[in-house]
Amino acid sequence: MAKRIDVKDLDIYYGSFRAVEGVTMSIEPRSITALIGPSGCGKSTFLRSLNRMHEVIPGARVSGSVLLDGQDLYGAGIDPVSVRRHVGMVFQRPNPFPTMSIYENVVAGMRLNGGRGVRKAEMDGIVEGALQGANLWNEVKDRLDRPGSSLSGGQQQRLCIARAIAVKPDVLLMDEPCSALDPISTLAIEDLMDQLKKDYTIVIVTHNMQQAARVSDRTGFFNIAGTGKPGKLIEMDETSTMFSTPSVQATEDYISGRFG
Amino acid sequence: MTTPATTQVGGPLDQGPPAEPRIGSRNRTGDKIFSGTATAAGITILVTLAGIAAFLLYEGFPALVAPAEDVPGGEGFWPYVQPLLFGTVLAAVIALVIAAPLSIGIALFISHYAPRRVAAPLGYLVDLLAAVPSVVYGLWGIFFLAPQLVPVFRWLEQTLGFLPFFAGPTSATGRTMLTAGIVLAVMILPIMSGVNREVFLQTPRLQEEAALALGATRSEMIRMTVLPFARSGMVSGAMLGLGRALGETLAVALVLSPAAVISFNLIGSTNSSTIAANIALNFPESSGLAVNTLIATGLVLFTLTFVVNFIARAVVARRKDFSGANA
Ligand SMILES: Nc1ncnc2c1ncn2[C@@H]1O[C@H](COP(=O)(O)OP(=O)(O)O)[C@@H](O)[C@H]1O
Ligand SMILES: [Mg+2]
Repeated sequence: MAKRIDVKDLDIYYGSFRAVEGVTMSIEPRSITALIGPSGCGKSTFLRSLNRMHEVIPGARVSGSVLLDGQDLYGAGIDPVSVRRHVGMVFQRPNPFPTMSIYENVVAGMRLNGGRGVRKAEMDGIVEGALQGANLWNEVKDRLDRPGSSLSGGQQQRLCIARAIAVKPDVLLMDEPCSALDPISTLAIEDLMDQLKKDYTIVIVTHNMQQAARVSDRTGFFNIAGTGKPGKLIEMDETSTMFSTPSVQATEDYISGRFG
Repeated sequence: MTTPATTQVGGPLDQGPPAEPRIGSRNRTGDKIFSGTATAAGITILVTLAGIAAFLLYEGFPALVAPAEDVPGGEGFWPYVQPLLFGTVLAAVIALVIAAPLSIGIALFISHYAPRRVAAPLGYLVDLLAAVPSVVYGLWGIFFLAPQLVPVFRWLEQTLGFLPFFAGPTSATGRTMLTAGIVLAVMILPIMSGVNREVFLQTPRLQEEAALALGATRSEMIRMTVLPFARSGMVSGAMLGLGRALGETLAVALVLSPAAVISFNLIGSTNSSTIAANIALNFPESSGLAVNTLIATGLVLFTLTFVVNFIARAVVARRKDFSGANA
């Protein structure tokens, strides 16, 4: 299940614009890695390069390598579609499929993964498991046939997490998953992440320092020298170290709010 | 046909002589003008529709109650209108059956497959085709399409002749119901493709990315997000096309040489005409009750379009909770 990620010398481009430059980092399995940094420094761009979602934007490309347990996701002959089946993603704004019921949302990924022949009983079991895994089962078990859009924002985000883990990915990427949610829903998702890290490798982008400090095991700090310049990974370490004794001044400035 | 919601403008504070501006006093002349215009436009539409219906009823009524032998054809109104109604629906259904999948394909190609360099000009071209007048399509149908289709019809008769649609004998001129249906399909293809393309492009990026991030291929992504999201838009597009096909006059009048029959044979030389084409062909030489009869057939067509629209609306409304509008 959970796999490690090794990124080597990754440059990420939008057309001719280099948005991220020279990132090398290791992401441990069964842990939560937080990525922090000011807006526009390329956190989302970097995250999306880890499951090859970056390249769905016309003209977008990368150079360098991303190894998932040693296998290069950008290697020749690797199908981006199958990469995304192993590396799941949760977005900043909850995006359940509005034309599908709660149940159908959870099984959507499985139907794609050649799961058409799965028996109903087995499917029901997987749906319950995924919704329980996302701490949502008790709230929705009586209305699985209602549209996903009938849930609250926090519930929708947990539905998206259930949808992502229903296909049992190796890695779960989350791009500011709580930024559109209220504090209670945010706490619910943070609790959930803590449970999920037993089984998954989790990478989360967050704007919220406390959140990074609360949930993550390791933290990476990205920064840009100025607009139009590429974002870089400045420093990466154990979260406790990053928040107490970072080795780079810029990290300390950013974390203590003296940034700008 | 919905009446526009009238916006309530102002409140109790608006009454009384204009004193010096207070907190809460609002001067919203613009709002009033806007809501007044919208209401007036809505009422105009309803009044116009009612007027048309009243006219058709009033002028068509004599034909509905006239003795059978006085109505053209000598058998009464219903026997007169039945083949026409049949021809109208048949031609429109053929057109829709051909145009619906094609327009979805064209629209998807433009919105999701073609490289941007190709997509934009192709879109313009399709829009341009929508503006070609129908007489051009009719002439194209007679002089180009019909002769080209004769060998195709022969082949259909030989291979699929066991189906009533292709029973033959094949028309030598190629001016058949199927030809008329194809001409209509070509006519409604641009408008339907245009509508479909617009609704496909409206699919929220976030939805498409959700599907892709789950490991959907492009076609799976389209089936999961684009098509369900566009469902009501596609129905509207089909209704626009169907409306044009049902009411199309010239193209059909030019292509078909009509007979008063009800026949499912799409490739033979005796074909039922359509209501609109029949009115256009016969109106100049008609007088008296014959005119009333034609107007009454118009009433039938008017009713038919209404029924079709209501059915379409019911289809769209059936799963409203699950519509993309809740995204
Ligand atoms: N679709 C895109 N096309 C071109 N440039 C983009 C696109 N998305 C992001 N960028 C640029 O890439 C840089 C990094 O953006 P992003 O990864 O969104 O930053 P962050 O998530 O850290 O706020 C920014 O300069 C941004 O303008
Ligand atoms: Mg971002």
